[in-house]
Amino acid sequence: MSSDISNSGNTPQDNVPKGQLPPESKPKFWNDPRKRSLLFQILLLCGIGMVFYTIINNTLTNLDQRGITTGFDFISEKAGFGISMSLVEFTAESTYGWVFVIGLLNTILVAVLGIIGATILGFILGVARLSDNWLISKFSAVYIETFRNIPLLLQIFFWYFAVLRALPQPRQSIEFLGTFLNNRGFITPAPVAGEGFGLVVIALIVGILASWLTVRWAHKRQDESGKQFPILWTCVGLVVGLPLLAFFAAGMPISLDHPELKGFNFRGGLTIIPELIALWLALTIYTAAFIGETVRAGILAVSHGQTEAASALGLSKGRVLRFIVIPQAMRVIIPPLTSQYLNLTKNSSLATAIGYPDLVNVFAGTTLNQTGQAIEVIAMTMALYLTLSLLTSLFMNWYNAKMQLSER
Amino acid sequence: MKYETQPTLPAPASTIGLVGWARKHLFSGPVNSIATLLIGYLLITLLTPSIQWLFIDSDWVGSSRDACTSGGACWVFISNRLDQFFYGFYPEAEYWRLNLAFVLLLASIIWLIMPQTPKKGLMAIFLLLVYPVIAFFLLYGNSFGLEQVETHLWGGLSLTLVLAGVGIVASLPLGILLALGRQSEMPIVRSVCVIFIEIWRGVPLITVLFMASVMLPLFFPEGMSFDKLLRALIGITLFQSAYMAEVIRGGLQAISKGQYEAADALGLGYWQKMILIIMPQALKLMIPGIVNTFIALFKDTSLVLIIGLFDILAIGQAANQDPDWIGYSNESYIFVALMFWIFCFSMSRYSMHLEKKLHTGHSNR
Repeated sequence: MSSDISNSGNTPQDNVPKGQLPPESKPKFWNDPRKRSLLFQILLLCGIGMVFYTIINNTLTNLDQRGITTGFDFISEKAGFGISMSLVEFTAESTYGWVFVIGLLNTILVAVLGIIGATILGFILGVARLSDNWLISKFSAVYIETFRNIPLLLQIFFWYFAVLRALPQPRQSIEFLGTFLNNRGFITPAPVAGEGFGLVVIALIVGILASWLTVRWAHKRQDESGKQFPILWTCVGLVVGLPLLAFFAAGMPISLDHPELKGFNFRGGLTIIPELIALWLALTIYTAAFIGETVRAGILAVSHGQTEAASALGLSKGRVLRFIVIPQAMRVIIPPLTSQYLNLTKNSSLATAIGYPDLVNVFAGTTLNQTGQAIEVIAMTMALYLTLSLLTSLFMNWYNAKMQLSER
Repeated sequence: MKYETQPTLPAPASTIGLVGWARKHLFSGPVNSIATLLIGYLLITLLTPSIQWLFIDSDWVGSSRDACTSGGACWVFISNRLDQFFYGFYPEAEYWRLNLAFVLLLASIIWLIMPQTPKKGLMAIFLLLVYPVIAFFLLYGNSFGLEQVETHLWGGLSLTLVLAGVGIVASLPLGILLALGRQSEMPIVRSVCVIFIEIWRGVPLITVLFMASVMLPLFFPEGMSFDKLLRALIGITLFQSAYMAEVIRGGLQAISKGQYEAADALGLGYWQKMILIIMPQALKLMIPGIVNTFIALFKDTSLVLIIGLFDILAIGQAANQDPDWIGYSNESYIFVALMFWIFCFSMSRYSMHLEKKLHTGHSNR
């Protein structure tokens, strides 16, 4: 299939003594690596072209026989089905294109929630596994070895069918601090933004901007003069304090919408559907086991000499961790961590097995069944996931380039 | 003056034995002590009822749900359906064929894993080339006087093993070609391989399975129909080959450049160089990686239930729906999880052991 052109410098003329060479002894074209590789590539292209041609041809004939018209016209057609959960307005009048957006938003929602949960739990597990405390490190090891060796789908089923579906009816809900848990999901009071809430949002944005500027200024000053500035507390003050001030100044413009039991179900409040909870729990618990191993490997990758050298320089234990171990460990942790995030996002497509309305469920499932546009629908779904993973690998390349050890 | 060595005193009682161990590993400081007590309390409150439910209060023998009276786990539910969990809907008279295939597989794998056995290369070739053929005729039948068993009857753990086994064996040659292509110096070959690998690695397996089940029939001429299992296998193989290619590429890159150059200097052609020099060295390094992708694939095979195949998880789900046995889903989930766990955990231990064996460099741990 391929040939080696690294020897292409050694044409036969180099090996044969001068004078004995017949003038017409040019190498046969299949012995010339360059020509041979060109031939191979042309053949490969022809082969691929033929395969695609046959596939497209067959597909068109098959579609024709089944009376399916190809094309993306269905996107603007009315969907006419309901979706159990949507972050933005969705009615039966909405189009299939809008279904795609809703599914995408739901996928992103569960992926982001899962990433947050898995990161926190995973870092705790990774550090715990290296703990001096025997019980803690064994506990973490058992957790990791148990959950990463059980298929995710099974874990999703367990949380959904065995735990959440087995909860009592709304009338017998488990009540805790004004929230309710039953087989319809988790119902909490919903915050409702009142008049003047915009002020709080503006204060938050200003706080974030101001702390970003402060950090830049403080770093610059430290580089120039060596003087340190209490960055952390300033930023906390700006990001938390400023919106809080605005909140009280505007007269606490948030009210709570309390859920009430009416008939057989709750009205009002914010309902988190059990599908989302099950999927989130399973993704978090499963991915955290992998992240835990990543974190452990990252911390172990920092050589012991580094910690010892830092202690020898007189740094305190906290500073050794903060300035020596964590920066070096993060360099090792971040690339596999990103691919775990990507895995989590791809794994969130298992939602379709329990009916959480993610992209695969509402688009590659319901939409495909209703319209029969298999090729377009699957291609769009795949293209979306592909874009996500390409973006991730772009980020990873950028990060790796930035974090490359700059050696002398 | 006379100096006399005093007899060595025993170590303080608080540093040796169980007490010393506990002081060092469990109560080495106030924070650690609190953490130990907290986790210990949590474990006791969680584990006691679990063990009670799993073993002490559970029912093991019987033939219907009436046997489950003691309030604990009802393992009767599992033991009644054990055949289904292992063999799916395979005809009972033909179970021996699955058993034989499994025993043969187990024997050849043990042969490969044991350090003392000779002729490992031959055995590996048998496992990769001859065994799949034997297994196909054993499982599918329709020749050598064996009765044909349609694939829609296959199921349970044996189907899970078939999916994972075919996935790994079929993706190996494709993965090798893709990995070599990705390293090739021919731009078109390289970009074709890169695009192929990145596309499959970028999409979730579930969309690949959807594609295999809805789109694949459209790709082939009318009248050419595929079995559902075969379609799933094609999807899994394509998907897996991309991951396999990356593992193999890792192995190829681990071979020092001197080996490539020495082979060139000896005047070996490309394929001679790869087959005689590079691959034998690289394949050994790749085994842990291949085992790890196999574990991932083994867990992922459970996804086939979404396209309507009955692997062990799907059998469990179906059993939970049985009106005679409503309310015992915990037992079936635990059983299926245990099955997966046993396979995956032992494979991951093996791969770790291999990594340790192959890692001959210096290590500070």
